[in-house]
Amino acid sequence: MKVVTANRLQDGAVVYLAPDNSWSERFSGAVLITDAEAQDVISVISGRVREIADAYLIDADASGPVGRETLRETIRSAGPTVRPDLGKQGERA
Amino acid sequence: MYRYDEFDETIVRERVKEFRGQVERRLSGEITEDQFKPLRLMNGLYLQLHAYMLRVAIPYGTLSSRQMRQLAFIAREYDKGYGHMTTRQNIQYNWPALVDTPAILDALADVEMHAIQTSGNCIRNVTSDQYAGAAEDEVEDPRPWCEIIRQWSSFHPEFSFLPRKFKIAVTASEHDRAAVKVHDIGLRLYKNSEGRTGFEVLVGGGLGRTPYIGHVIRDFLPKEHLLSYLEAILRVYNLLGRRDNAYKARIKIQVNAEGIDAFRGMVEEEWARIKDSGVDLPREEIERIRRYFAPPPFEKLPRESTAFNDAAASDKGFARWARVNTVAHKQPGYAIVNISLKPPGKPPGDISDEQMEAAAHIAERYSFDELRVTHEQNICLPHVKKDDLYAVYQSLQAADLATANIGLASDIIACPGLDYCTLANARSIPIAERIAERFSAAGVEDDIGELKIKISGCINACGHHHVGHIGILGVDKKGEEFYQITLGGSGAEDASIGEIAGRGLSSDEVIDAVERLVDYYRANRQDGERFLDAYRRLGLDRFKEAIYADAQAA
Repeated sequence: MKVVTANRLQDGAVVYLAPDNSWSERFSGAVLITDAEAQDVISVISGRVREIADAYLIDADASGPVGRETLRETIRSAGPTVRPDLGKQGERA
Repeated sequence: MYRYDEFDETIVRERVKEFRGQVERRLSGEITEDQFKPLRLMNGLYLQLHAYMLRVAIPYGTLSSRQMRQLAFIAREYDKGYGHMTTRQNIQYNWPALVDTPAILDALADVEMHAIQTSGNCIRNVTSDQYAGAAEDEVEDPRPWCEIIRQWSSFHPEFSFLPRKFKIAVTASEHDRAAVKVHDIGLRLYKNSEGRTGFEVLVGGGLGRTPYIGHVIRDFLPKEHLLSYLEAILRVYNLLGRRDNAYKARIKIQVNAEGIDAFRGMVEEEWARIKDSGVDLPREEIERIRRYFAPPPFEKLPRESTAFNDAAASDKGFARWARVNTVAHKQPGYAIVNISLKPPGKPPGDISDEQMEAAAHIAERYSFDELRVTHEQNICLPHVKKDDLYAVYQSLQAADLATANIGLASDIIACPGLDYCTLANARSIPIAERIAERFSAAGVEDDIGELKIKISGCINACGHHHVGHIGILGVDKKGEEFYQITLGGSGAEDASIGEIAGRGLSSDEVIDAVERLVDYYRANRQDGERFLDAYRRLGLDRFKEAIYADAQAA
């Protein structure tokens, strides 16, 4: 399965495509899509240039990012591992 | 210090205005990200893992207190209360919003600062010795020459779209604190046997995936010909450097492919053509710029300070800090004070807005209003009276800025790594933090002496691992972080590229391996021998055994 992730244009924040086609700041709000539909979704999403700076697909399941880029995507979804007060992990506190 | 003239002021303000328009067009959707990216990069604005990142130039590392306060203001107002000092005398903000960047650039322009030449394939922010104008061993202050290069290179129409980025560093001391041998062009001012001062010019040094030590292209260049000679080098590179492959586009590849003699021949030919064509500055213009860097009004003081000696005798912590963090000044009765941004367990090079304010205040009161940032990610106060050192130390202590570890094992260079950077393969900062904590907790740093540990999270080598006495390179192996050790590198006057010690180690293994390397050094060193000296005497194989002694077999 895949998830669409991007950086929000205005502030660069990490966002995920949500089931209602909006952007979620949390991975937990992301919509899981099948590998088969992924390319179609990303090509439509990439046209939303006023919302995002960059969009790409990551391997994921319901628990979070998986596969080769797990560490990188986990850090993106949480914040720097050396500053638990910053990023989304800090906002949760 | 240099002050902007009307041309500098206009050019920077115009640039901010232009960028404001570009941001507006991007936000409105008038231009796409692909169109906007090269424009934002020309203004130092990157997109990293969590947010945008703004890289601000600190030309030749020199800052006034007013400028440092403005950097603090930006950190507080537009970022998350801190900045990160880089290995190229820049400061990076890790969380600015795109919508705020024009206002940030305006705030920078208010204090004669900008983010120009911090990205793109141009001549980047010129770097220098952080002790310039204060060092005991310099022949003259190198910064007027840095400023001349800055003015010549900023928006240079011919050199704004080079095959790749281009980095120039300048020193004027025998002891190289600016790593000039690992720059595209390294310049060393010295006095020749006839008593004339000029530049030794090196070309084709660099780190990254193909590290090289620079070659001497000219052993003595009369100072007044600096710009025409630089222009000749840049022109040969710009015309003939490769543009087909980004990894082969730096000047070091061209110099080493052509051979230094052939490359020198082309440069000399071009130089002969342009040398007398008005590229070089007239003497009075050089003098005008030099006057901005006149020494501050030093007092005539005895070499020794009774106040300092008394304080050092009664406060051991102060005595140690002074021994480790201060350096002899060329003016009797003064010292250079280094402020470490490497407290063990914290990200190397990070400084909070409050600490910036404190450093600005201390510089204003005790160092003629001047600060420097170093390529080793620390700060220094260039001109402090020895009589004031104890007061400076106490003020630094109050701001958590009195870590005494300059040049020691915990004074580690580390790039932002996978905690922030889109290019990284592995994290750097946690490795730096753990190594620093290990040595500092053991209380062995003074015994170990000078040790340069440098860590990069990918082969681009922003953490200078190739020139670490112990270098650590983070690599990705099927989604897991591994760390490769290199040994025997140096970025100083005895420059060398470290040798790869063997297979990569896990993040736990690498901490232990570094400790074993240091233990091996302590057990086998001769009197007065630094780690690097012992390595050069004993060789890779002996140290390699120490690395893999207890690690799992490959």
